[in-house]
Amino acid sequence: MYSKEVMKHFQEPHNMGEIKNPDGIGKVGNPMCGDLMEVYIKVKKNIITDIKVKTFGCVAAIATSSMITDLAKGKSLEEAKKITRDQVAKSLKGLPKIKMHCSNLAAEGLYKAIENYQKKTK
Amino acid sequence: MKYKEVYLDNGATTKTDSKVLEVMKPWFCKNYGNSSSLHKKGIHSKETLEKSRSIIAKRINALPEEIIFTTGGSESNNLAIKGVAQIHKTGHIITSKIEHPSVIETCKFLRKQGFEITFLDVNKDGFINLKQLENSITKRTILVTIMHANNEIGTIQPIEKIGKLCKEKQVLFHTDAVQSFTKEKIDVKKANIDLMSLSAHKIHGPKGVGALYKKKSVNIEKQIHGGHQEQNLRAGTENIAGIVGFTKAVQLAKEEHIKKMTELRDMLISNIQQEIPDTKLNGSREKRLCNNVNISFKYVEGEGVLIHLDLKGIAVSTGSACSSQNLKPSHVLMAIGLRHDIAHGSLRFTLSRFTTKKDIDYVVKNLKEIIKNLRKISPLQKNYKYSVGVKDKSYW
Ligand SMILES: Cc1ncc(COP(=O)(O)O)c(C=O)c1O
Repeated sequence: MYSKEVMKHFQEPHNMGEIKNPDGIGKVGNPMCGDLMEVYIKVKKNIITDIKVKTFGCVAAIATSSMITDLAKGKSLEEAKKITRDQVAKSLKGLPKIKMHCSNLAAEGLYKAIENYQKKTK
Repeated sequence: MKYKEVYLDNGATTKTDSKVLEVMKPWFCKNYGNSSSLHKKGIHSKETLEKSRSIIAKRINALPEEIIFTTGGSESNNLAIKGVAQIHKTGHIITSKIEHPSVIETCKFLRKQGFEITFLDVNKDGFINLKQLENSITKRTILVTIMHANNEIGTIQPIEKIGKLCKEKQVLFHTDAVQSFTKEKIDVKKANIDLMSLSAHKIHGPKGVGALYKKKSVNIEKQIHGGHQEQNLRAGTENIAGIVGFTKAVQLAKEEHIKKMTELRDMLISNIQQEIPDTKLNGSREKRLCNNVNISFKYVEGEGVLIHLDLKGIAVSTGSACSSQNLKPSHVLMAIGLRHDIAHGSLRFTLSRFTTKKDIDYVVKNLKEIIKNLRKISPLQKNYKYSVGVKDKSYW
């Protein structure tokens, strides 16, 4: 059911955990299936220098959490905000149709973490 | 380490016992006669069919002519419920919120046809309330259909009490005994059961064969029209090979297996509870199917655990919303009032007579590790507030 890439990220997800004193936090929940995600970022000179994530959810939720950290790390805030759910899914070599909402959650979590940082620094 | 295969999804289906397969074999290329034919091959099939019927009837204290062979539990449930409904043409049917989909969907279908349906609540252990059942029965009630043992949480309903009540009130009583058959003693006379569904593939028989017990005096409308097979209640050339396999499976199921499965079930429950913190056993601790363990592991999601276990060669199932096609948690777990996140972390382990102590040890060892790792990456922990407003459309 899942692609090899999804399974790889699920078995050994990248950047899991939290960051002490993060610059931004994004907490999101999925009202469809009940999954939860928390995204933590560190920002230096407008660049995401570190990102960590905690996930309560299925294989797809964990894999997309892991993928979003890979995609966002080292990117400027503007670039990171542009990461779409389709990009997350594509980088994972596809997700089952019914699991597409998981990639939405990951992209939304990142977006919220960036917003949280930008609000604080305004 | 050697790759081990541990199958703990026997509630979904079981492996066909090789002894079952052996007795089935001659019924394909050698004894392939149609039991309606008048020649030797036909007579041989007919005799075997009737012998099988007697053996299965005896196991539940029924008469041979009270057994109708079908393609399995789903068909038996459909035949019983629609069969009674169509004889009465109108009326009220009582069932529960934790039935198998083949009962719930059939009742919902009949509701669209104008029948009134009551879905009884269950308590936190999954039991219906006998008082609520009694109060629900009206002059219009034509049928009560309550399952014997639940397929997800293993709770065993007091069918003798339900049967007694239905007899007093003069309404028909159907029970789905697909999960409990051979794992619990069932005497249809003693329990006042009018109709009962059985399936072969849950008891190490082949898939695609089962039976409906129908008390002689009860009338039902046939659902599959055609020939006069099965007391003219189910048309179609009988699946003799399947029926022979089903019968052998019944004969191979022994009381001592119940004892063995119960011991291993209890061991699995207590070892998990000892080794892994923050778990919750779903379903009744006492009145529980001998092979069913359903446990929620807090702070983690079931599909993830299931896939990690699968990578270790362990097959289980989950009631998590993530694993279902409609992204809703199991209706059974919702009916017993589990919070969404607790239902999310539920796993079902269903044992068989082939399960060993070594299997249990292997499962607990791996499970402990997997839960620990998934909890490390979960934002949830003790005393958290789960605040996702899950949109739960009602199922029933
Ligand atoms: C309680 C219960 N009823 C009915 C069925 C359906 O049986 P079958 O697969 O033989 O149609 C099942 C099995 O999935 C079951 O567990």
